[in-house]
Amino acid sequence: MSLLELDGVKVHFPIKKGVLFDRTVGHVYAVDGISLKVEAGQTYGLVGESGCGKTTLGRSVLRLVDITEGSVVLDGTDLAKLPGEEMRRFRRRLQMVFQDPLGSLNPRQNIESILSEGMVAHGIGKDQEERREKIKSILDKVGLPSNALARYPHEFSGGQRQRIGIARALVLEPDVIICDEPVSALDVSVQAQVINLLEELQEELGLTYLVIAHDLAVVRHISDVIGVMYLGSLVEEAPSDALYAEPKHPYTKALMSAVPVPDPEVEDQRERILLVGDLPSPANPPSGCRFHTRCPWAQAERCSTERPELRDVGGGHRVACHFAEEIAAGTLKLTAGEVVSATREGVEDAPPTLPEQAERAEAAVAEAEEAEEAEKAVKAEKADTVEAADAPEKADTAEEKAAEPLEAGKAAEPEPRKAVTTEKDATTEKDAKDAKDAKDAEAEKAAEAGKAEKADEAV
Amino acid sequence: MSLLSVDELTVTFGGVGRKESRAVDGVSFEVDQGQVVGLVGESGCGKSVTSLALMGLLPHKGVKVGGRAEFDGTDLFTMSPSARRDLRGSQMAMIFQDPLSSLNPVVPVGVQVTEILERHRGMKGEAARKEAAHLLDRVGIPDPTRRLKEFPHQLSGGMRQRALIAMAVACAPSLLIADEPTTALDVTIQAQILELLKELVDQEGTALLMITHDLGVVAGLCDQVNVLYAGKVVESAGRRELFAHPTHPYAHGLLGSIPRLDSPRGEALKPIRGSINDRIAWADGCAFAPRCDRYEMGCLTGTPPLTEPRAAGHEVRCVHPVLDDAKAEEVPA
Ligand SMILES: Nc1ncnc2c1ncn2[C@@H]1O[C@H](COP(=O)(O)OP(=O)(O)O)[C@@H](O)[C@H]1O
Ligand SMILES: Nc1ncnc2c1ncn2[C@@H]1O[C@H](COP(=O)(O)OP(=O)(O)O)[C@@H](O)[C@H]1O
Ligand code: SF4
Ligand code: SF4
Ligand SMILES: [Mg+2]
Ligand SMILES: [Mg+2]
Repeated sequence: MSLLELDGVKVHFPIKKGVLFDRTVGHVYAVDGISLKVEAGQTYGLVGESGCGKTTLGRSVLRLVDITEGSVVLDGTDLAKLPGEEMRRFRRRLQMVFQDPLGSLNPRQNIESILSEGMVAHGIGKDQEERREKIKSILDKVGLPSNALARYPHEFSGGQRQRIGIARALVLEPDVIICDEPVSALDVSVQAQVINLLEELQEELGLTYLVIAHDLAVVRHISDVIGVMYLGSLVEEAPSDALYAEPKHPYTKALMSAVPVPDPEVEDQRERILLVGDLPSPANPPSGCRFHTRCPWAQAERCSTERPELRDVGGGHRVACHFAEEIAAGTLKLTAGEVVSATREGVEDAPPTLPEQAERAEAAVAEAEEAEEAEKAVKAEKADTVEAADAPEKADTAEEKAAEPLEAGKAAEPEPRKAVTTEKDATTEKDAKDAKDAKDAEAEKAAEAGKAEKADEAV
Repeated sequence: MSLLSVDELTVTFGGVGRKESRAVDGVSFEVDQGQVVGLVGESGCGKSVTSLALMGLLPHKGVKVGGRAEFDGTDLFTMSPSARRDLRGSQMAMIFQDPLSSLNPVVPVGVQVTEILERHRGMKGEAARKEAAHLLDRVGIPDPTRRLKEFPHQLSGGMRQRALIAMAVACAPSLLIADEPTTALDVTIQAQILELLKELVDQEGTALLMITHDLGVVAGLCDQVNVLYAGKVVESAGRRELFAHPTHPYAHGLLGSIPRLDSPRGEALKPIRGSINDRIAWADGCAFAPRCDRYEMGCLTGTPPLTEPRAAGHEVRCVHPVLDDAKAEEVPA
């Protein structure tokens, strides 16, 4: 028996309407009949595009959302039917690591308090002394210094916060850790740190993971088994390498072909399957095979009327497609979509010339010295310009249609290499109103877009 | 001559009562007619600020822009504001990560597209509407006549980005700046949008400045790639050269740390230690030094210059570049 078994899990959110919010006019079929098994000590990766129900499925396992139908069996106990009080005790055994490490950590609690909270609730450790010792050893495991205890979430970088999130799960010694997009909020160079940490911890502590992510490359890297979701259901499931070697479901094929590989040699050989259209709404899923509106191989009648079951096609490879065999054999013709090269036509692709490295290195040293001189000269020059450029900045506040910055620049420097722009662009709110009827309404929108993006990134 | 030539661009935020911070710290690159040039780097390295500076869309207060940027032979930073606006509407266009915020939420998409055609191409009434429908069709929006009447929120993320591209290409610009145009989109939709951008470049000869944090996106699209770190270009090369021989320790490390779809399961990633916050000022030395395995004392004597240690046209800002890949694996004592 597997450690965690989901059988026919459905989560349907009612869509309410009316002044009193009491009339149900439909449902969002967020999770619509999912069965899967997570083996102890292994990683099950759940991949799919946004809105396909990954997070909802993860939350349903923890019963953070109501399960409409189906069972979630952890170590022999069906959580879906557990009364609230017992579920609360079971929750220790299932922990979650969230996408946004900052949003999931209380900014006013220090790390010790954040990590103790769950321990206290579940009666772990006889006193704070004992808990602190345990926390220290876990912090060490996740690669944080023990002086982190007294510090607050904002004092840490994104990657470190994710380590705190992992530590918070670990102190409770859970059976299964559900990681929902554990690295997607992190910078690329930091993602690998957290991925490696999750793998090391699994090896050392024998952890079991359910990893949910939209990034197929990440999921492929850490998972033993991968389940591919589309509109609330699994369309394919296979061991990681088998799925990559031979994706059988048309959606998996398209998804995999769409993931860019950072290697021109590889990209030049690859083809992309371009799907038509967008993801349908889970409130109004297509009939029959849910993928038939976008499927490049969709066949008339059967695909739009009969919903394919997830069936075993051998080697632990499960696929929900009526025509998986025919597609694999290449006997079915494309009916929609397009197959294109992953590389742009005419992209500069002269193969790199391999230089004699020793010679190069020598030349580099000489060049470096030269360049350093030049750099110094530039720096000196720059120092000049900054001062010169300051003047028009001030002038500009006095006069709207700024005295052309270049004038000041020119005066200070015969060759106007550097200048400060003093162009007045409509970026303040007041200006925005004035701009409405003016010529630059469009520029305005663009500028706002820039601002909004900044705000996004600041969050 | 290059279509766009950026020389030692600097952007400094701050001023009265605020500490000055230099977001872009002497960035130089060129974009030729019909060329696709990538600006790659992690969040906060100055990609967006660079593009906004080039478009003239940075807030006016508390920002200092230095250096030089020439578009088609004209100095962008000394141009009159109105000339700049005209240029922006016709020759240079930009699309953003979040199309919703660049569209006016209360004006139907069609009106927004026709407005541009009326303003910049002097088209009127029915002719403008027809052309707008044609443009939406051109960027792959199904049922364009109906879509023209819809408001931005009624379109999906992918459709919005298409609408924005339609608006950007309405005036057949010679340069399109795309700032993370697919980052907010799902990967199958990203593939559609990238394909559309490829078509634009191939068929219209539009030059594209592609700004992204995704090295995968760059690999199949860009002729020339510039890697940014903490506001400076640290490596610049043609796409094959860069990916075959990443020579700056940051670029080299980045490529070793990304999980690849085609790498076998179980192959360990080699992370770069620390985070972007662990940096020193370029004026004092290499900003990447605190995270660098190849760091030596010499790295802290001023800004490392850009050199060509490996091949002509392959520029690297490092005094101890990765020249043979075996060596890169071992940490120098
Ligand atoms: N609490 C909720 N109420 C109503 N709809 C929801 C709720 N949570 C999620 N949904 C909807 O369910 C679908 C699946 O969402 P989610 O599980 O978050 O997807 P994913 O994590 O794969 O992006 C989406 O259409 C989403 O809008
Ligand atoms: N309006 C602003 N005021 C102050 N600092 C800013 C502003 N916009 C951007 N920055 C800073 O400039 C740096 C570069 O930002 P940006 O160009 O947006 O990075 P990215 O490479 O992610 O696009 C960041 O450190 C950011 O915090
Ligand atoms: S059942 Fe039909 S529509 Fe669904 S994936 Fe298979 S071929 Fe495509
Ligand atoms: S200059 Fe020194 S610290 Fe900077 S990247 Fe090169 S080796 Fe590393
Ligand atoms: Mg989610
Ligand atoms: Mg940006």
